[in-house]
Amino acid sequence: MSPRVVFPNKILPYLLVAPQLAITIVFFYWPASQALRQSMLKEDPFGLRSRFVWFDNFERVLTDPNYLNSVKVTVVFSVSTAFASMALALLLAVMADRVIRAKGFYRTMLIWPYAVAPAIAGMLWLFLFNPSIGSLAIGLRWLGIPWDPLLNGSNAMILVVAAAAWKQISYNFLFFVAGLQAIPKTLIEAAAIDGAGETKRFWTIIFPLLAPTTFFLLVINTTYAFFDTFGIIHAVTGGGPGKATETMVYKVYSDGALNQLLGASAAQSVILMVIVIGLTAVQFRYVERKVHYG
Amino acid sequence: MATVDLKDVRKVYAGNVEAVKGVSIDIADGALCVLVGPSGCGKSTLLRMVAGLETITGGTVSIDGKVVNEIGPAERDIAMVFQNYALYPHMKVYDNMAYGLRNRGTPKDEIDRRVREAAETLELAHLLDRRPRELSGGQRQRVAMGRAIVRKPKVFLFDEPLSNLDAKLRGQMRVEIKNLQRSLGVTSVYVTHDQLEAMTLADTLVVMNAGVVEQAGAPLDIYEKPASTFVASFIGAPPMNMIPAGGDGHPEALAGAQTLGFRPEDARISTPAGEGGLTLAAVVEAVEPVGAESFLYCAAEGQHLVVRVAGRSGANIGDKLTVTTPREKLHWFDKAGRRVSA
Ligand SMILES: Nc1ncnc2c1ncn2[C@@H]1O[C@H](COP(=O)(O)OP(=O)(O)OP(=O)(O)O)[C@@H](O)[C@H]1O
Ligand SMILES: [Mg+2]
Repeated sequence: MSPRVVFPNKILPYLLVAPQLAITIVFFYWPASQALRQSMLKEDPFGLRSRFVWFDNFERVLTDPNYLNSVKVTVVFSVSTAFASMALALLLAVMADRVIRAKGFYRTMLIWPYAVAPAIAGMLWLFLFNPSIGSLAIGLRWLGIPWDPLLNGSNAMILVVAAAAWKQISYNFLFFVAGLQAIPKTLIEAAAIDGAGETKRFWTIIFPLLAPTTFFLLVINTTYAFFDTFGIIHAVTGGGPGKATETMVYKVYSDGALNQLLGASAAQSVILMVIVIGLTAVQFRYVERKVHYG
Repeated sequence: MATVDLKDVRKVYAGNVEAVKGVSIDIADGALCVLVGPSGCGKSTLLRMVAGLETITGGTVSIDGKVVNEIGPAERDIAMVFQNYALYPHMKVYDNMAYGLRNRGTPKDEIDRRVREAAETLELAHLLDRRPRELSGGQRQRVAMGRAIVRKPKVFLFDEPLSNLDAKLRGQMRVEIKNLQRSLGVTSVYVTHDQLEAMTLADTLVVMNAGVVEQAGAPLDIYEKPASTFVASFIGAPPMNMIPAGGDGHPEALAGAQTLGFRPEDARISTPAGEGGLTLAAVVEAVEPVGAESFLYCAAEGQHLVVRVAGRSGANIGDKLTVTTPREKLHWFDKAGRRVSA
């Protein structure tokens, strides 16, 4: 332990952290406590009076088939998004690792999508796959594949997963490239001498050695798919058709902001908060001290 | 059982770096050939071309009489021990050794038998369940050896396998490697820049410099008859003394000779040089006692010389000495640094 610096002034340190504290209190603790309080209140239809109802809101939310649907949608959406973006990023990283000339150029090009805002990414995919004007949708139709994300729930899901995954590929790509570079070249050579072909080498040497990176990205991507994809879903499907792409986060918005079901919406927020805390705990516990092979 | 033949092998890296400039070596079945030379002389490059890890720009590499230039490392039936060992960090010692056999579809019980046998030989039996990071440097080195021997390959390739170990362990492993190689009788190529390792291990010693072979032969032949000033100063510690020929007290130079050399251990102090020997007047500049012997660093004819004397030396700094060397212990080199013989 290095010796701690002790400042003689007792007030200055508090003054220095005050702005950060104020921001955290105003924008996090206060709304969070409001949500917690709100989640146990029930308002009358005119919003004039509210009544304390303990866990009634939670009970209703958790037994609501629409809510359970949104949980299912969230799981399908998150798993598909995380898997698709990580798998594609890994594929690209492995290929970019083999490029010898103009390596930097390829990498830069592959990193760009990360700079695109979620809503813009959503619009981009929406236009590309718009059943009547989208160039890729026309291609699909030409191939004889029926495509209508406005009416077909699975199509809509594929579309939002594609948009969300596409945006995250660059980020994953960067980490996988770094992870691949950290694998000593002699290990690959030793495996080649040991008679392992290229595919075998990938699955028995490279992929296991990337495990720390993969696990880190899994947590990051799950968090992303859960909480940072509102913009994409809002722009592309608005949670529809039906409720086919209504994730938990999206449902908080539609119940609370659109339908004014404040109690139910607040209860859902509290559930999400618990999930965030859980994910953060996992992240701190495993990711911060990554799995290392010496 | 195999021979390894290199014929005029060349390597040009991207960017026109010519690392190996035409090397021909024949290695007999079961022999241990040591490649030695200063850093950057192309030893590793040559070894990696034999392994198939580096493309061959020119010439041919043959194993067992078959040209392997276009054959991948897996099909050459070689095993390599890397300087950093290159153990698979996520696999246990057992799996590290079994990996190559599994890839070749060896039956399970055969793998188990061979791995346990190798572990027994290398005293690794109690470590089979550990991962590489839980091993000491010496143990890792043994695992790397084990991984090579379980495969029973035609050729072993070693790239400075002992350079990450401390001096004592290095000496011990050197003996073990030699014994192992002898008893298995596997043709081996061993790269090092440690001349002691080179001298003690080699059946055939190949001294390389700047991408070419300076001299190849039995270690003691090279020591006794270095083919060039480079070899003379590279093999032997401390290196051979070299002075311009033709000074006072020098014997008559051989035709074409410009440089005169003698080894520190062949020099005598205050002993008559005898017929045709060398006599030099020298001043002691430093004395280095190392126990069984002492090194006297002297100046003579504007050159620095080293003289080895047995045991403790009575000389002090500033003493004037007469350094002599008998005729048969003198080495002569021409203007280009090549050996001149009578
Ligand atoms: N991949 C490469 N690309 C370009 N030049 C290279 C490459 N690898 C090695 N070289 C060059 O080739 C020459 C020989 O390198 P090599 O690694 O064979 O030397 P070495 O004799 O093994 O040296 P050391 O004792 O330091 O390991 C060096 O000048 C080196 O800079
Ligand atoms: Mg080397």
